[in-house]
Amino acid sequence: MSDKPQHTITIWFFVGALFAVYGVLILGCGVWGLFYPPEGIVLYEKLHVDLWWGAFLTIFGAFYTYRFWPTKTQSGE
Amino acid sequence: MFEPILGAADAALNVKQLGVTLTWVDTTIIVLYFVLVLGIGFYLKRFAETGEDFFLAGRGMTAWVAGLAFISTNLGSQETLGYSSSTYQHGMLMNHAYWIGAIPAIIFLSLVMMPFYHICRTHSVPGYLKLRYGEAPRCLSGISFLFLTLFMSGINMFGMAIVMKVILGWDLNFSIWVSSITVALYVAAGGLLSAIFNEVLQFFLIWFGFLMVPVVGLIETGGWDGMVKRIQENVATIHPDIPAKAADYISMWGGMGDAATNPAGMHWAAIVLGWGLAISFGYWTTDFLVVQRVLSAKDLASAQNGTIIGGFFKMFVPIIVILPGLLALAVLEEPLLGENDPKVVSGDAYSYNCVLPLLLTRYCGPGLLGLGVTSLIAGFMAGMAGNVSAFATVWTYDVYRPLINRNASDKHYVFMGRVCSLLGIFISIGGAYVCLHFATIMSLSQLLFVMFIVPLFVPVILGMFWKRATAPAAFLGLLAGTLVCLGMYLFVHWFPADPEVYKTWFPKDYNDLGVWNIDKMNPQHLWYLTFSEQTKDIPANVWMAVWTFAVTVIVVVGVSLFTTPKPVAELKNLCFGETDIPSQAHLPLYKKPALWGFVLLAVCVALNIIFW
Repeated sequence: MSDKPQHTITIWFFVGALFAVYGVLILGCGVWGLFYPPEGIVLYEKLHVDLWWGAFLTIFGAFYTYRFWPTKTQSGE
Repeated sequence: MFEPILGAADAALNVKQLGVTLTWVDTTIIVLYFVLVLGIGFYLKRFAETGEDFFLAGRGMTAWVAGLAFISTNLGSQETLGYSSSTYQHGMLMNHAYWIGAIPAIIFLSLVMMPFYHICRTHSVPGYLKLRYGEAPRCLSGISFLFLTLFMSGINMFGMAIVMKVILGWDLNFSIWVSSITVALYVAAGGLLSAIFNEVLQFFLIWFGFLMVPVVGLIETGGWDGMVKRIQENVATIHPDIPAKAADYISMWGGMGDAATNPAGMHWAAIVLGWGLAISFGYWTTDFLVVQRVLSAKDLASAQNGTIIGGFFKMFVPIIVILPGLLALAVLEEPLLGENDPKVVSGDAYSYNCVLPLLLTRYCGPGLLGLGVTSLIAGFMAGMAGNVSAFATVWTYDVYRPLINRNASDKHYVFMGRVCSLLGIFISIGGAYVCLHFATIMSLSQLLFVMFIVPLFVPVILGMFWKRATAPAAFLGLLAGTLVCLGMYLFVHWFPADPEVYKTWFPKDYNDLGVWNIDKMNPQHLWYLTFSEQTKDIPANVWMAVWTFAVTVIVVVGVSLFTTPKPVAELKNLCFGETDIPSQAHLPLYKKPALWGFVLLAVCVALNIIFW
C-alpha cells in the first residue's frame, strides 16, 4: 500500500451528485411544463421529455451518489 | 496574396443567431458545471505532487475510468458539431470515421501496441521515440506535437466562442476568457487527474445532453424508415448541386466504387487506406493526447481493457452525432448552407455547423436546453484541458528536460508542468484569435492531424516491429511527411494566375503565382491528389493522409536501409521479439482483452453490413 495521500472521493460520486441535481431541476421544469408548456418545442405536449428524462437523471444521480458516497469507499479515481 | 484568407474573418462572426433565451434553470445548470469542475481541480491539487501524479495521474486509473477518458478526449464538441454538420453535407458515409476509421486501430492499440508503451514506462509517445531512436526524433515530434496541441486548444476555445455566440448571443471575448481561465485553473491545479475527471464528467454530459435529440427526432419522423423517406424527398432541395446519381445520403459503402456516385466525391480506396489506415492508426495509436489517457491505467490489463471499453463507446457515438445530421436533413424546414455562403455571411441563413444547436432548440425546453448547452461547453473545455495537459507533459519531458534542464528535481518538473498548463492556455488564446481569420476550422483541425500525427505513426510502428529502423530514418521520415503534407495543402489551395508558371522555378513576375485561397480548392490541382475534381474538403484531407503516410514509409524504410541500426541488445522492451509481454493466462476469460477485442471487431463488421 502506498503511503502517498489517496483521493477518497471518486469521480463516480461527482458524476452522481451533478446528475442528481440536474435531474431534480429538469424534473421540476417537466412538472411546470405540465401546467405551462413552453412554446415552439416540437412534440413537447405529446412526449413531455423533460419529465421522464429528469426522472431518469434523478434516479441515476441518486444511485451513483449513494453507491459512491465518500465514507462508503476507501479510495478511488 | 493572402487577402481572401483574412477576408474570411467576418464570415465566422456574422452568422445568423438562434437568439435563444436561457431561463434561470438553464443558467443554474451551466453555473453548477463551472463550480463543480473548479472545485474538483482544487480538491485534486493535493494529490498531484509528484511528476507521475501530475503528468500520468499516478498511473492508478481503473479500466473504466481510463477507457471513458480515452474516448471522451476524442468526443469533444468540435467532433459532435463537426460530424453532425458533415453528415448533413455528405450523408451517412461520414460514419466511416467512427467504424472503419476507429475500431480496427483501437483494437490494434489495445492488443499490439499498448504492451510496448506500458512496459517501457514512457511518459509520452515522443518519449518512446527517445528510447527507441534517440533525442533527434523525440525533439522533432515533441515540438510538432506542442504546436498541434496549442492550436487544437485554441480551435476548441474559438469553436466554443462561436457556438455560444450563435446559440446565446454571448460575446466572443467573454466566452474565450471565461472558459480559458477556468481550464487553466483546474489543469494547473490537478494536472492530468483533473483533466481525466473532467473528461469522465463530459462523457456523461454529452450522452445525457444529446441523447434526447435522436430519440425525439426519430419519433417525429416515424422511425428510421420515415426518416429515410423524408431525406429522399428533401435532398434535391437541400443540396441542389449534387446530381441525382450521387444523392445517396443513407449508404455507407453504396456508391463508393466511383467518386461521382456519392455526395462527398469519395472512393472506397480513400476510405480504406486514408480513414481505415493512415488517419485512424496515426490518431488512435500515436496521438499522445488519447494514448496518455490509457497510459494512466494502473496495469497493462486495465490499459488494454480500458482501450477496448472506449472502442465500444466509440462505435455507438454515431447515435448522437451522425443520426442528428441525418435527422436534420429530414426535419429542418430551412436548408443550411456552407460557412462562406453569402447568405450565411450576411446573417440570412444558418450554416451547417448549426445542425446540433438547431435540433437542441427544436426538441429541448427549459432545463434540457441548459443541459445541452452545458454539454457543448463541457466538450469544448475538456478539449482544451486535454490538449493543455498533453502540452505540459510533452514540453516538460520531451523538450524542457532533454534540451534545457536535464538534472532538475521531480518537484521542479511538476512546477514546470503547472506553469506550462497556465502558459499553454494563454498561448492558445492567441491561437483562438488566429482562428478568427479562418472560416473553416473543422478542415483546419483535420489538416493539423494529417500533418503532424500521420507522419508520427510510421516511425513508431516501424520502430516497434522492425529492428532495422534507424534514428536518421525516423527523423527524416517525420520531417518529410510533415513537409509533404504542407506542400499538398498549399498546392490544392493554389490558384496560379499564369497557367505556365509550373514550368519555371523562378517566375519572372511574382504576380503570375496568383493566390492561395484557404476556403477553396483548385479542381485541377485536386485531381492530382484525389483522381477527381469533385472531391470535397474532408475527403481531400483523407487522400492527403494516404500520400503523407506513403511518403513517410518510403523515407523511413529507404533511409533505414542505408544507415546503421541500433544494436539488438539496446532494443529490449522496445521492439517486437525483444520484449517480454506479460502472460495474461491468469486472467479470467471475461477480463481478457483479446476476447473483447474480437467481439468489438465482430460487432463493427456486422454494423457495416447492416448499414451498407
